[in-house]
Amino acid sequence: MENVRKLRILVAKPGLDGHDRGARIVARAFRDAGFEVIYTGCHQTPEQIVSTAVQEDVDLIGLSILSGAHTYSFPRIMELLRENGAEDISVIGGGIFPLEDVSKLKEIGIKEIFEPGAKLKDIIEWVSSNISPRGAVVLRK
Amino acid sequence: MDIIEQIVSGDVRTIARILRDIDDEIPSARDILRRLYRYTGKAYVVGFTGSPGVGKSALVDQIAINYRKAGKTIGILAVDPTSPFTGGAILGDRIRMQRHFLDPGVFIRSLATRGHFGGLSKSTSDMVNVLDAAGKDVILVETVGVGQDEVEIANSAHTTVLVTIPGMGDDVQAIKAGIMEIGNIFVVNKADREGSRQTVRELMNLIELGARRRNGGNWEPQIVETEATKGRGIEDLYGAIEKHRAYLLSTQSEWREVAEKRAGIQLISVLRDQAFKTILKRIEECGDSMDEMVRKIVDKESDPYTIVQQIIAKALK
Repeated sequence: MENVRKLRILVAKPGLDGHDRGARIVARAFRDAGFEVIYTGCHQTPEQIVSTAVQEDVDLIGLSILSGAHTYSFPRIMELLRENGAEDISVIGGGIFPLEDVSKLKEIGIKEIFEPGAKLKDIIEWVSSNISPRGAVVLRK
Repeated sequence: MDIIEQIVSGDVRTIARILRDIDDEIPSARDILRRLYRYTGKAYVVGFTGSPGVGKSALVDQIAINYRKAGKTIGILAVDPTSPFTGGAILGDRIRMQRHFLDPGVFIRSLATRGHFGGLSKSTSDMVNVLDAAGKDVILVETVGVGQDEVEIANSAHTTVLVTIPGMGDDVQAIKAGIMEIGNIFVVNKADREGSRQTVRELMNLIELGARRRNGGNWEPQIVETEATKGRGIEDLYGAIEKHRAYLLSTQSEWREVAEKRAGIQLISVLRDQAFKTILKRIEECGDSMDEMVRKIVDKESDPYTIVQQIIAKALK
């Protein structure tokens, strides 16, 4: 019997953007892919997101944002992860991002950005291929 | 500082990682639990059970406020169901507890049942022990919420709170079996809804019926009406929980009985888990194939009972 870990993902919406349908759909898709999803919904501050991520020991944070506030919240979240010794938690973003911002976000450590039209199948596959549960040698759902 | 010291001093990251190791059944976690055990026994555990949607999370959120005001530190374990088909889960109870996210005195952990029945996860008792050892004064456990089957919480908690809402009608009757016996406090949440007084009356009747069945003990179950989202009735619920705690502490025998019940259940649980794992390992070591055993059963060359006898005999050699 191998010891395999389940992947734990935090799905949250930083800032004031209240459009959570996309986040909910992705959360459900993650569940259907066999992951455990901690869903904290809308109106999360970067501080709340990082606190949750650390307490729940997640492998990945999925940030949903459509309002353009990523320029503040994403770097702030990366900074807080570092301050809390949690840089090993990967972060991805989904939503609406101006093209020129995407590379900037990747420069600060956001692993991937998914824009409108991204297929659920592709998101799941990206996660499965790129994110491993902490300390695991073999990734399995 | 070594891991044990870190946990006992309340280091969040270390606690979070150990809880994960327990959940993922990483072998090293067993040793940590063993070494932590002597630090346990101080926390007060309150379980919240009841059908989905009755407002357990909102109540836990509110009760946490009261305990924080009283200066207590809190651990919260919120259990949600694992999908039997995909193995995944959406753990959404945290949403209702957001006001506590930045409070260093509150540690919240969401967990999935991962195929376990009874309303909790297999890891819940172990996680309670970790939070206990980490110095949390009160641990609030919120069960999955499938209703009737959830007697398991009564084994891990000092006080069990059963939550219902008005208009469940037949359900109140249906919960007679087992659940009534385990509830120390009954809450009718969403009490602003129609039928609230009737639900209270029905509960009173059931409690009275149960009184004759209750084997000893002088605690009379309390009924509290609440509107969790509005914060109404919370003071009463908090008062009832504290009253139950005082009752348990008032007599050495009551407290001892609860402690023995909890310890007994945990002992059996760990034994069952470890014995099973040990035997499975033995099967592997002997090079026996489970598939082959299954084949024999299907081809009627043997039967499950004989095979298990053989397995155990071999394992005990």
